[in-house]
Amino acid sequence: MSKHTFAIGGVHPHDNKISRECALEQLPLAPTVYISVAQHIGAPSVPCVAVGDKVKVGQVIAQPGGFVGAFIHSSVSGTVKSIAPRADLAGRASTHIEIAVEGDEWAEGIDTSDTLVTTIPEDPKAIIEKIRLGGVVGLGGATFPTHVKLSPPPGSKCERVIINGCECEPYLTSDFRTLLEKGEQVVVGAALLKKAMGDVPCTIAIEENKPEAIAHIREVIAKLGYEGIDVMVMKMMYPQGGEKQLIDAVMHRQVGSGALPISVGAVVQNVATALAVYDAVQKGKPIVDNSVTVTGECFPKQANLVVRVGTPLQYIIDYLGGVPESAAKIISGGPMMGRAVANLQAATVKGTGALLFLTEKQTRRAPETGCIRCGKCADACPMGLEPFLLNKLSKAADWDACEANAAQDCIECGCCLYSCPAHIPLLDNIRVGKGSVLSAIRARAAAAKAAAEAAKAAEAAKN
Amino acid sequence: MASTIIWTIAVITVLGLVLALVLYLVAQKFKVEEDPRIDEVEKVMPGANCGGCGFAGCRAFAEAAVKAPNLDNNYCPVGGNDTMAKVAAILGYEVKAKAPMVAVVRCNGTCEARPKVNEYDGYASCYVKSLLYTGDTGCAFGCLGCGDCVNACQFGALSMDPATGLPVVDQEKCTACGACVKACPKHIIELRPQGPRGMRVFVSCINKDKGPVAKKACANACIGCGICAKTCTHEAITVEGNIAYIDPAKCKLCRECEAMCPTGAIHGVNFPKPLDKDAIKERIKARQQKARETAEGNAPAVANKKADAPLGASPSEKVVKVKEDKKDE
Repeated sequence: MSKHTFAIGGVHPHDNKISRECALEQLPLAPTVYISVAQHIGAPSVPCVAVGDKVKVGQVIAQPGGFVGAFIHSSVSGTVKSIAPRADLAGRASTHIEIAVEGDEWAEGIDTSDTLVTTIPEDPKAIIEKIRLGGVVGLGGATFPTHVKLSPPPGSKCERVIINGCECEPYLTSDFRTLLEKGEQVVVGAALLKKAMGDVPCTIAIEENKPEAIAHIREVIAKLGYEGIDVMVMKMMYPQGGEKQLIDAVMHRQVGSGALPISVGAVVQNVATALAVYDAVQKGKPIVDNSVTVTGECFPKQANLVVRVGTPLQYIIDYLGGVPESAAKIISGGPMMGRAVANLQAATVKGTGALLFLTEKQTRRAPETGCIRCGKCADACPMGLEPFLLNKLSKAADWDACEANAAQDCIECGCCLYSCPAHIPLLDNIRVGKGSVLSAIRARAAAAKAAAEAAKAAEAAKN
Repeated sequence: MASTIIWTIAVITVLGLVLALVLYLVAQKFKVEEDPRIDEVEKVMPGANCGGCGFAGCRAFAEAAVKAPNLDNNYCPVGGNDTMAKVAAILGYEVKAKAPMVAVVRCNGTCEARPKVNEYDGYASCYVKSLLYTGDTGCAFGCLGCGDCVNACQFGALSMDPATGLPVVDQEKCTACGACVKACPKHIIELRPQGPRGMRVFVSCINKDKGPVAKKACANACIGCGICAKTCTHEAITVEGNIAYIDPAKCKLCRECEAMCPTGAIHGVNFPKPLDKDAIKERIKARQQKARETAEGNAPAVANKKADAPLGASPSEKVVKVKEDKKDE
């Protein structure tokens, strides 16, 4: 069995998949859900319901706010109670639609049965349109609208669709359970994505620590008989699930700085996204729920829950027995890239993948000591950057030098911080540099645009 | 033996002389002509190289000042009017005196007023913290307390008060270079005129949330109620986006707003006497009473206007009040 991985960097954290045996379980409906209108990359959606309206599950409640935007559907049936700003898990306020749950009535046109629909529509445009109407966004964490990703700019051509089943973050198991329990749907979703991109080959990449999933998906592909879909077994390595790293691992092609994956002919979609694509195209069911791993050594009741979008985190935790006393920190996402939850009243969004409970000992930071120039961070960086240098430049607020050393390419995977023997908060400082460089780039682009428009206006005034 | 020593000395001396001549000729040939005034200006600058003027350092400021046709856009906040007068004398320009400024911290969310709702154990930097989340208190606008401003200050004018968790400005040391203003990711610090004898009144809060939300997060928050704006007889206060702002150019330091503020978000500093809230409230009441009485005696059109705005928002009343102030002076 040949195993693949990306060429540079990466670390080997212990995978700690302690919730891998927990089957997917439907979380009972919360009494009230709070659905954010800004739960994807791009323009926030515009609510199209009013307070007091009755809504059904799967009914559109917010329209996309721009081309890079997504439909948002009600995840429950009930009455709209309010449309008001509410704090997300980082405490930042955004507009949420509050819906009081009454029963569980689905909107018309949604097939809620379990029958597998394997016939693939012929027209790629129809598939992409259905994905758009289903409000599908990348569920790997970035929540980029999927229909935009599937509409490559003119001149670029997709050569391979990669379904990302690496789940390289420690602790997370929801993608693994999805592959195991909803493998058929994921494979049909992969076939749909393949069709949408013009019948290009498709690779489902799964890391070697999930042998059951690899065997199951191989079986399903053979059973369903789709041509051109294969499973690639990946070596365990973090951050293999990163888009650029996965393209390198599967296709041996490198995506340039600031370029999109399509520039090397790749389209990467997560396993959960493939499932959402299946639901949206074959069943007419938009994203109303997603699977969330709730785990941690100190958490007594591990679970992989299917949670309706907008469920308050507190409700999920209470369902599983509340916050354990030994837990010091709750992380939304994995331990490497996840963010600490500052507000348990916050509601889940489409991209919420996990809730991880860590003890005080697990989260404690060792005291920072001096850099010993060992170069471990540079070895670990999967983007080929020099974290020790970017750390210094960021601290010195030398944004030009940060940009020259490609701080903007940092994917914030945390490998540098993980590997540093001096416990220097490399990523924290690099994030500062990256943020400043990105805002400088945006300001330059805006200035160039304004200058071009002014020149155009002057030209027009002359004529 | 002796001849070797003599030869060595002779060769080294001749070589030295020849090289010195070459260096002299090269220096003469490639001499950079520089305006001598740049050196003179640089000498009178404070030499802190803080960048508060907008240039990379004092030398860069001196070069720019010499090149510029006037001194309108070049001002050294650290040196202030004295330094600028010297620069103007060297360059033969005129310079307008500017009111001396000072950094003002617009957050009074002390530990008691603004309880923590979670614990931050990450890297101790306000900027890093602000990238991660809104902060460890319920207020999304307030001071993060990691001291980026303290680290940014080259003059040692800022320090964190452990009792309140907020930065404190030492007015004697603050040069108004603006480094802390740039360093604060929450944009809490503002440069304001120092005021006569250091007396100034400002709103020490920038929470733009609606009143009840702001009040819940912090007992000292500005709730945007607008009482201060209605009280002010100098049109110095505007309430925009649930936050009041006092225009230092219009403020007459009467401290009426400070007395009337229900949450204590308005601060007056360096006043010789402590604020006598009751006396000021009495004064305002008496004034309103008087205004009402005069309104009743006046033409009905004006009276109606005054009845609509009993707290002293009518233009005619303001004129009266301003005149009274001038008499006092």
